Amino acid sequence: MRLLEYQGKELFNQFGIKTPQSILVQDMEEAKSAAEKLGFPFVLKSQLTVGGRGKAGAIQKCKDSVELESKFEELLHKEVKGELPRGILLEKMVEIVKEIYLSIFLNRSKRCFSIIASSEGGVDIEQTENKIIKEITINGISNELASEIANELDIPKESRESFITLLFNLFKVIIEKEAELAEINPLAIVSDGSLLALDAKVIIDDNSLFRHKDLVKYLHLSELEKQASDNGFSFVELEGNIAIIGNGAGLVMSTLDMVTDAKGTAGSFLDFGGRATSETIYEAIKVISRIPKIKAILVNLFGGIVRTDLVAMGILDAYKNNILNVPVFARISGAQSEKAKELLQGSEARLFDTVEEAINAVVLKVNNNN
Amino acid sequence: MATKFDIFSILTGNSNDADYEKKPVIIQGITGSFGSTHTRLMREYGTNIAAGVTPGKGGSKFEGVPVFNSMKEAVEATGSTISGIFVPAPYFYSAAKEALDSGIKLLVAIPEHVPIIDSIKIYEYAERNGARMIGPNTPGVIIPNTMKVGIMPAQPFTKGGTVVFSRSGTLMYEVSYHLSNSGFGQRLGLGIGGDPINGTNLIDSFDLIREREDVDSVVVVGEIGGDAEEMLAEYIFKTNFSKPVIAYIAGRSAPKEKRMGHAGAIVYGNYGSADSKISSYSKANVPVAKSPKEVPLLLRTLLKK
Repeated sequence: MRLLEYQGKELFNQFGIKTPQSILVQDMEEAKSAAEKLGFPFVLKSQLTVGGRGKAGAIQKCKDSVELESKFEELLHKEVKGELPRGILLEKMVEIVKEIYLSIFLNRSKRCFSIIASSEGGVDIEQTENKIIKEITINGISNELASEIANELDIPKESRESFITLLFNLFKVIIEKEAELAEINPLAIVSDGSLLALDAKVIIDDNSLFRHKDLVKYLHLSELEKQASDNGFSFVELEGNIAIIGNGAGLVMSTLDMVTDAKGTAGSFLDFGGRATSETIYEAIKVISRIPKIKAILVNLFGGIVRTDLVAMGILDAYKNNILNVPVFARISGAQSEKAKELLQGSEARLFDTVEEAINAVVLKVNNNN
Repeated sequence: MATKFDIFSILTGNSNDADYEKKPVIIQGITGSFGSTHTRLMREYGTNIAAGVTPGKGGSKFEGVPVFNSMKEAVEATGSTISGIFVPAPYFYSAAKEALDSGIKLLVAIPEHVPIIDSIKIYEYAERNGARMIGPNTPGVIIPNTMKVGIMPAQPFTKGGTVVFSRSGTLMYEVSYHLSNSGFGQRLGLGIGGDPINGTNLIDSFDLIREREDVDSVVVVGEIGGDAEEMLAEYIFKTNFSKPVIAYIAGRSAPKEKRMGHAGAIVYGNYGSADSKISSYSKANVPVAKSPKEVPLLLRTLLKK
């Protein structure tokens, strides 16, 4: 779960990491009263989970009430990479002396965490040569390592202690809130020598949420995602018009690639995991049926305990109960496939022996209709 | 780098052992619906399930298999060094810790949704104890026609000289099915797991079979997310790994910053992208199949060279 900036900053504040004074608002009225409290000038920051807000114009300076009128509404309705903001953060501007990049992230291949730091803050860290990378275990950061990082970043003497404390606190966010990433870009040293996190990018390990009840409030699922998640499905909505359903994340990804290679476009990714039964396929179709752009469903199931006939019955039930009105192209490798083929005769669902045949048929059907 | 670990000797033993190919295995969570279904299937396949553990059910039996309250008792009664963990993710950490404290050397961690911190802690603890974890979020490990500890179906696998390592369960089955159909049986099938943290990662896996004369080729099924394939490609190149390797990567057309089913299948910027993985493999001269079906075709071409 990627937190919004203001949520990340709430966490930072809990751990003693300071941020500029700010107020989250949802409409013009709230914005006006927040402006009164903060005083001009300030920055309007669109609350999005996608990166590249600055480049997309989703962060705007605001110097007076005239600018607030014009810029606020624009930002509130501005989509970035298909996402609408969940609020606008009004944040007081600060006088920056030096900007730093600082993050701690999960190092997957080394099975530990890594600190990345750079004395060039506010940049795209992937593009920067000038950076320090240090591996740390889950047991913590030593004083020696913290000093070493402060030295390499050339932190001014008067801010050094604050920087080291902040680094320890950022690590606490990682361990105590079970984050995969906690990034401050930029971290500003301001005129009185204190440190302020001007941005916050925090990704929480979804699998740890069962023991972080305080973070559950940050979960934000669309209605479809919620319906899928309640059924234990992994679901991602995509741009195209073919819905892909399968049992296993890798298998569904692989099917998605093959559909793309065959010049089809996938409209959704749904992995129902575990066992394939009449009920699971029925519930999966129910989720898909709520996406109007879907023109056909491609089902790819593989595994030893799949009862093909039961899956076929689930599909037939979906047609019978009018939750399904698009054709289904299925490859179901499992027991009783002859019986399944018989069951599906006369319906809009077709069973194929290989996934390649199913994909060719579905792409032909969908692309001819357009 | 992980310690030298002989997975074949742990799983099957040596041909002069009295219990050769019948090494005792303990199932943690044997009485749950998941654990019991797969205990049945593993026994049908030939695995010697010697005991199960479910706290509070000690003294009972599951289809003839004795059930114990603790791992300590189960290990004392059976002398087992292998455990299959079938408990729900929130209980994984304590189950795994208990297994390692009782002398288990190979943990097969089936549960999905284990928190990352728990996986790291168990990985470190296993390392300190000279033990090894496979998974979590793995279908397990199979030696075709001999035994399996895991949830994979039996049908796709046949005995042979190819080894399949996979980050995805169903794709391991799918690729093995195509290999079997083309006459490439498998010496070993091992699920790395779909999580960001793997007790046995791709490089560790290659170390398991690097020196084995009964392995003639390797298929590695990867997916987007992380840098496991990039690291593996570097390892293959730098250490002159001599056996033929074919790779497959799922998720080429997945969008960025979306988690594609597996906790580990997510691309940030270029980190974890299929392009990055494919170009790393190409530097190591590892052919990458475009679909599961293409894997045996590429393998055949490579073996003819």
